[in-house]
Amino acid sequence: MELIRQGLIEAVRLILTGDPGVLQITWLSIQISGTATVLSLLLGIPAGVALALTRFPGRGFLVALVNTGMGLPPVVVGLFVSIFLWRSGPLGALELLYTPTAIVIAQFVIAAPIVTGLTIAAMQQLNPRLRLQLLALGASRWQLLLLLMREARLPLLAAVMAGFGGVISEVGASMMVGGNLLGHTRVLTTATVLETGKGNFEVAIALGVILLVLTFVVNYLLTWIQQRGRSA
Amino acid sequence: MTVPILEGRDLRVHYQGQAVLDVPQVVVQEGEVLAVIGPNGAGKSTLLRVLGLLEAPTAGMILYRGEPASPSGSRGLAIRRRFASVFQEPLLCDTTVRANAALGLRLRGRPATGAETQVQIWLERLGIAHLARREARTLSGGEAQRTSLARAFAIGPDVLLLDEPFAALDPPTRDELLTLLQTLLRHNGFTTVFVTHDRNEAIRLGDRIAVMMGGRLIQAGPPLEVFGRPATEEIARFVGVETILPGLVTKEQNGLLTVEVNGVKIEALGAVTVGERVFVCLRPEDVVIRRLDARSILDSARNHLPGRVEDATPLGPQYRVRVSCGLPVIALVTKQSFDNLALDRGTPVVVSFKASAIHLIRR
Repeated sequence: MELIRQGLIEAVRLILTGDPGVLQITWLSIQISGTATVLSLLLGIPAGVALALTRFPGRGFLVALVNTGMGLPPVVVGLFVSIFLWRSGPLGALELLYTPTAIVIAQFVIAAPIVTGLTIAAMQQLNPRLRLQLLALGASRWQLLLLLMREARLPLLAAVMAGFGGVISEVGASMMVGGNLLGHTRVLTTATVLETGKGNFEVAIALGVILLVLTFVVNYLLTWIQQRGRSA
Repeated sequence: MTVPILEGRDLRVHYQGQAVLDVPQVVVQEGEVLAVIGPNGAGKSTLLRVLGLLEAPTAGMILYRGEPASPSGSRGLAIRRRFASVFQEPLLCDTTVRANAALGLRLRGRPATGAETQVQIWLERLGIAHLARREARTLSGGEAQRTSLARAFAIGPDVLLLDEPFAALDPPTRDELLTLLQTLLRHNGFTTVFVTHDRNEAIRLGDRIAVMMGGRLIQAGPPLEVFGRPATEEIARFVGVETILPGLVTKEQNGLLTVEVNGVKIEALGAVTVGERVFVCLRPEDVVIRRLDARSILDSARNHLPGRVEDATPLGPQYRVRVSCGLPVIALVTKQSFDNLALDRGTPVVVSFKASAIHLIRR
């Protein structure tokens, strides 16, 4: 118990004094996971909308693939991204391994199926007859898509939250493709693992608390947007 | 002959190789209310979707003011924007009543100020102006359908397409909305195609009635013609003819026909000849019942058949009475007459009906 108490006190001190090392790691985590989430939204939302609203041969297979991807173990993603970015690997010439970009790529691979899968679910829970009604009201193709997405905005925001939550908390892939290099690729999760390993529990607890607060703030904001005007 | 505002030619729709619609021609004239009736699964809604350019037919074409039109492309969109549809479900968006009512205008990029006046007018006409700021998801079924109607009317459509808009409502709400719609259509002269399986709704709203069965449009005409002179036994049953009996035309004298049904002779009018096999159709409201022991013969009816009451079913203000007189005849009797006549099971009665009340369909 003493360990936890001391850890919490140290954590509060580190946060309140704005320890430069901790701040740097936090900021890098936000940048990397934020970028990966935005990229996964750019791919996942259009892909999910398309998979939800169209019918074509092989669609069922693709949806099953996406759903499988939602449960992709981060270490497996880390392994394959590492192989691709390895010096002798297919993309080795880009020299991306052990850079923040490599982590963004790995986190994108983890988040994209989550966003796509939840987008499919969000769009499919709409009344299928609503499409016909909107077309009948004179909606063009783009107007139809925008209106349907607006109707599905609550579950779509859940997709954003799940995507961000999936990558900000992920550690295996970031460790493997980032290398946990201080000041370069060390993020909140990998730093927590390292500090725990070294027995620096107070620093590890501080990092853990920051991670929790960060996740909470982002999700609180998204929830607030989602639930606005939902009091009725 | 003026060019119809909307016309379908040789329309066929197949789903997985199965024909669900086969209509050689359907015409909607400007300003009329065409009520399309038929049982569930008759293809009415499919016809409406095809006419509204919401679904491409497997074969055939749609003409809008004489010009071919198809659902695809910018021209399809431009024509579709001259239509407005209301479906059985209100299908409102998750926003306020006012925003919902304004949606059609917004999709057409109308300037907000003009749209606002238009929306306000229709919210008032539909009696939901006080709900304008309410979230649509909190509305009752009737309020939601009023919003859906306001959304369609606000567009000021050339053609209004209504697909069973009242089918999901409770009877008092349905009746109230039907009366309101009747008034609005009459005052504003909207060309309307109104699909329903309820013949009473069709009679109240339709200038012309089209009957669909099994994907085919089998009769179209003014309500009196369709309801009084149904073209087939199937239509007769659907439009509420309760007595339909097979008979044989045995005699013709001065235009008056004698038809034998089950050995009973019935006098009728019709364009059939002696020796033809026919269905004798008689609407229950055209039958008069009196007790056998009553003195006077009250009317000028040519047919008087003695029989006995078999059973009586109360239908609100009326009774549906089945009389057996060598052949089964069904009559509608007001509750008051029913009580006055003291009609019990087995009561000896005489059923009377005019020769002109009989409609003959060739078998």
